[in-house]
Amino acid sequence: MQYNSIDPVERIVRMASRGAVVIFSNNSCCMCHAVKRLFSSMGVSPTVYELDQDPKGKEIEVTLARILGNSPSVPVVFVGGKLVGSMDRVMAAHINGTLVPMLKDAGALWL
Amino acid sequence: MQGFKAAQSPTFDLTTSDMFCQSPFYLRNDEGNLHVTRYEDLGELEQAAAGELHQEGSIYSSTMMKPNIDPFLTNDLPFGVLRTSLGSGEMGSSATCVVDVGCEEQFLNQPGPAKVTGRFSTMVDAGQFMLNNCSISSRMVDVGNVGALGNGNFENWGDSCLADHSHSQQTDTSTDVDTDDKFQFFEERHEPLIVAESREEGKGKYGDQKALRRLAQNREAARKSRLRKKAYVQQLETSRIKLAQLEQELKRVRQQGSLVGHGLSRNQSQNANGNGALAFDMEYARWLEEHQRLINELRTAVNSHLCDNELRVHIDAVMGHYDEIFRLKLIGTKSDVFHMLSGMWKTPAERCFMWLGGFRSSDLLKILGNHVEPLTEPQLIGICSLQQSSQEAEDALTQGLEALQQSLSETLSSNCLGPTGSGNVADYMGQMATAMGQLAMLEIFVHQGDLLRQQTLHQLRRILTIRQAARALLAMSDYMSRLRALSSLWSARPKN
Repeated sequence: MQYNSIDPVERIVRMASRGAVVIFSNNSCCMCHAVKRLFSSMGVSPTVYELDQDPKGKEIEVTLARILGNSPSVPVVFVGGKLVGSMDRVMAAHINGTLVPMLKDAGALWL
Repeated sequence: MQGFKAAQSPTFDLTTSDMFCQSPFYLRNDEGNLHVTRYEDLGELEQAAAGELHQEGSIYSSTMMKPNIDPFLTNDLPFGVLRTSLGSGEMGSSATCVVDVGCEEQFLNQPGPAKVTGRFSTMVDAGQFMLNNCSISSRMVDVGNVGALGNGNFENWGDSCLADHSHSQQTDTSTDVDTDDKFQFFEERHEPLIVAESREEGKGKYGDQKALRRLAQNREAARKSRLRKKAYVQQLETSRIKLAQLEQELKRVRQQGSLVGHGLSRNQSQNANGNGALAFDMEYARWLEEHQRLINELRTAVNSHLCDNELRVHIDAVMGHYDEIFRLKLIGTKSDVFHMLSGMWKTPAERCFMWLGGFRSSDLLKILGNHVEPLTEPQLIGICSLQQSSQEAEDALTQGLEALQQSLSETLSSNCLGPTGSGNVADYMGQMATAMGQLAMLEIFVHQGDLLRQQTLHQLRRILTIRQAARALLAMSDYMSRLRALSSLWSARPKN
């Protein structure tokens, strides 16, 4: 299996399943910083991929932008391998009370 | 501050300082004799003054005239020093302690410089007090002797006099008509007085009804004049605001027309920003009016005890209207994010509580207080979770914003910046481009803030029953109205 020939979407899906909570981020992105702080304030330790520090990062970023249509392309959050979305979707889920059960189901929260 | 300086010296005017008196105060009457009021009559005076105080309708009088809070009458003064002022248009109103003193006569009892407060100086200045004018000079009255009659009474009397007087300070002293009247009044009556001697001379019962009536009339006239002036000023203010709005609208419409006619103009970006802020302000004003109307309808519906289905219609109307403001804010943010952040479209008091271009969603739930009680157990849990999650989201956004400021600051303070030498110009441009990108993130943050507010509102609506939701919306709206009213009161308050 050649690493390079994997479909970027496929790669994203694989990366996204490597943790209960996975965040695609950029080191310099402030909204990514905000979403990381949100999870840590809830007591969750997410798996974070800093795409601007990843050699393949640019490709992933472009693919994410294409799939989600967001600008900027990051942050993108997956919980339990399932796509939640960008900051606005994460916040909406938290406010309407669906985020916490999702986190518990994924084993990211215990209380 | 000439007047103030003069007041500080033992002699106001230039002359003798050995004129002082121990007696309370003196009144002019028609005969031109000096009379000393007796203690029994103080009660009348106090009531006369107090009565006048309560007639005032303005909010300033009601707050200013409370006895015992006049800072002027403090224990610092060796005696209760009562002063009247010429120019305030309240000549006779200071509890009829009108004193006409002779030109060089002073009533100071203090050996050293008079202890005067800042307020005195204001009064002196504002009163167009010409200390150099012989015929009308100091109005300092030493009322020390009255103290002998009982401090409590004395202070009350002084308080009501001074409180009344402090109110008179609030009038803009350009009521020249009144001032002139008073000047004339005293000019006519002027006679030199030798204070020390008159103490023996002028003892008599204070029963001068004419003087009382005259003073009351003066008070009344002054009061009416103040009210008229206030009304006029308010009218001017409203007209000014209207004029400014009309001008802006005209400008905007003209520019839009010219843009359509001539295509892109050089100043379009500037106009766009100005237009964005203006356009939003006008939309917001319209939105607010409509909001008030919907809220009033909801309030009527609640008070008429309509059934749930009918209440729901009104509630949905209000909620839908809230969605409208968020849509408008998105447009406003895209066209002028700094205007949205500045909160200049809100009133000052509302601005105090602003966060990221709007109200705090975590505050929303605190405002509700117990308006939505009683709550079921699941509702209580829901509200608490909502409180917590909105707080967490707010904190996250705040920290993100701080990170943004940090990076922007780092970008701008970088060593590369500085257009010295061609090699650095490219770096400079690069850094500026980075900074521009960072600044653009602000729009996203403000938008996230608005989304958070909107989502919190909707979630609240989901948790509550129809009746609770109606009460909640009314409570929120009333709270905002009070903040706006507070801002109006604050901006209209008299400034010394």
